[in-house]
Amino acid sequence: MKADLSNPPRQLLSGDDAVALAALHAGTALGIGYPGTPSTEILETFDRLDGRAQWSPNEKTALEVGIGVAFAGARALVTMKHVGLNVAADPLFTAAYTDVDGGLIIVSADDPGMASSQNEQDNRHYARAAGLPMLEPVDSQQAYDFTWLGFELSERWKIPVLLRLTTRVCHSLTPVLPRAPITPKAADFRRDVPARVMIPAFAKPAHHRLRTKLAEIAAWNEAEGPLHIEMGNQALGIISTGISAMHAREAAPEASHLSFGLTYPLPIERIRAWATQFERVLVVEEGDPMLVEELRAAGISVESKTERFRFSELDVARVRRIITGDDSEEPAPPQGKPPELCPGCSHRTVFHALRELDCIVAGDIGCYTLGVLPPFSAMDTCVCMGASITTGLGLRHALPEAQARRVVSVIGDSTFVHSGLTGLAEMAYNPPPTGHLVIILDNETTAMTGQQEHPGTGRSLDHSRAARMDFVAVGQAMGIKHVELIDEAAKDVDLKACIAECLARDETALIIVRQPCVLAAPKIRLYEKTAAAATSETS
Amino acid sequence: MSMGANTNIIIAGVGGQGTVLASKLVARAAMDAGLRVRTSETIGMAQRGGSVVSHVRVSEAPIASPLMAPGMADLLIGFEPGEAVRSLAFLRPGGTIVTNAQPVAPVAVSPTSAAYSGPAMLERLDGCGARLAVIDGAAICAEIGSLKVLNVALLGAAAGLGALGFSLDQFETAIRESVRERFVDMNLRALHAGARSASA
Repeated sequence: MKADLSNPPRQLLSGDDAVALAALHAGTALGIGYPGTPSTEILETFDRLDGRAQWSPNEKTALEVGIGVAFAGARALVTMKHVGLNVAADPLFTAAYTDVDGGLIIVSADDPGMASSQNEQDNRHYARAAGLPMLEPVDSQQAYDFTWLGFELSERWKIPVLLRLTTRVCHSLTPVLPRAPITPKAADFRRDVPARVMIPAFAKPAHHRLRTKLAEIAAWNEAEGPLHIEMGNQALGIISTGISAMHAREAAPEASHLSFGLTYPLPIERIRAWATQFERVLVVEEGDPMLVEELRAAGISVESKTERFRFSELDVARVRRIITGDDSEEPAPPQGKPPELCPGCSHRTVFHALRELDCIVAGDIGCYTLGVLPPFSAMDTCVCMGASITTGLGLRHALPEAQARRVVSVIGDSTFVHSGLTGLAEMAYNPPPTGHLVIILDNETTAMTGQQEHPGTGRSLDHSRAARMDFVAVGQAMGIKHVELIDEAAKDVDLKACIAECLARDETALIIVRQPCVLAAPKIRLYEKTAAAATSETS
Repeated sequence: MSMGANTNIIIAGVGGQGTVLASKLVARAAMDAGLRVRTSETIGMAQRGGSVVSHVRVSEAPIASPLMAPGMADLLIGFEPGEAVRSLAFLRPGGTIVTNAQPVAPVAVSPTSAAYSGPAMLERLDGCGARLAVIDGAAICAEIGSLKVLNVALLGAAAGLGALGFSLDQFETAIRESVRERFVDMNLRALHAGARSASA
């Protein structure tokens, strides 16, 4: 389906597409991120609209590139899923102290209910922890408008801005009325050492500056921040943000509703004044009870949901329960068809071999995490991106020898580039007494999120040619003892025997099992053909 | 336009069956008819063949939530009988079910267990009191010559029954606007084949 995003007026867009369109219209110089559901489509759409978009190895590198773009005076959009912000947290907290010249928006796409994630952390905590303004749209129109607003706030106060989306905002289609595009100002370097070199002497005053900025932004939010009121009866006033506001309006059309877009720092006095009008005031929020705690700390008397509703996403039925104070057991959703490794998937052979060898498998994040399910049941740990290698090392260090020898780490190619390189360095530097084996399941794409490129594929986000990381050379350069590539050319190699051999040695080993993802293979052939044609044209 | 005040549709299938495009086509037709529309997809694990449910809400009045509560759907389109059964709780009393006849069994169900049976699922749908149309999707796909037209065939069936609130003409326009040119003809044939099969 081709989305017609170029012509106003009203268009039906997902929240992700709306952010991409606004980024284009607002003159974003560069979009940078790492794929992750439900955020992936933002940069893909931005690229399709002829915006300049890049996949980074991970979210930390993406945010740092974004900070550089903003220091250069141009607008940057950095996108990631909620857990990606953990990876980018290091630059995030200190970027908050700096002065950016160009607008810098960091999109955190949260996944309450874990449609496709390893946790359902509530990234509203990051706004408070880092001291950064946070915008939370309720639908695609607001996703569009708040992208514009985010750049304006960012440039006015020289501060990075968090734009928090959730699955139901990212993946819902709702109408959007776009604005006229603007031409961005040209990037130009302005030297400002105290605002950008965070050594203690400069960071101490910078911390004070950050708090002054936040106080000013709070005052702006009190005076003119985006706020939506629907007045109903005086019996019940509901305060909500993000997608919860939409569920609440539907669940209680007779009640009065207040929602606001800039959720940190809060417009406390506006909320206080509004709340005095009702017999009951209830906070409806998805995830942790953050808003309710902040309002209570400010002395505003509000009712809260019960603990049960901290978990999973809200919907109209659940919000009705919150309103009526129904804390009874909820009906379990009927079990759906579980996902599975595709027929012909190259991971199948590997998991089959690992199961036959009775390995203890330290797994990672990607399609191959499905190796935990029947018929393979061949995965024992999965924590976060890159943890397979290092968790496997920990198991090897601590377990008795007979068990330690069975430990294998499996990691995908994109995940390896994202967070596996430092783990491999750890393995070479601190090898366990029994050695260790890492298998890179190289299907030549970021399969899980919809087949995005990464530095190991040798193609850019738009599938044109780029430098290709050589995993064999990387393993050798890091000092791994045995490095083996099993690909098309090594079809006769017995994978199971090869794994068994590595497990028997007390040395470090890296096996790269390379076979393109069955879903991506036809596209990869097409990209390569196009790239070859482009090369022959230019030479 | 025969659209009622509002139509709530649940589209249930498994990854790879084209449910997302189906919801986009309904949304497009609604936009073209000047109606309000909100859709929502659960597509996290879709690519690996897991369950996919789309909510599509069309209305003359403003719509708030993109998600329906149980008992709110006027129409349930099942791309697979088991997925239709799974989403049955969304259907309002007296609602309509349009489902494909062919089941897609999860691999985790062993060939020897009787845990998943297509006919049993259809029986369950038949006994729930809703208006039910069972479509032979495989036959239509064979007739058109593509497995990818199941989505449009099911929409055609729903439109043919008058359950969608849009005419076939309105869908034709939505298809022309949304589908790549070389696939338009194939999809239009599937749309009409679906409509015929529902009225047969």
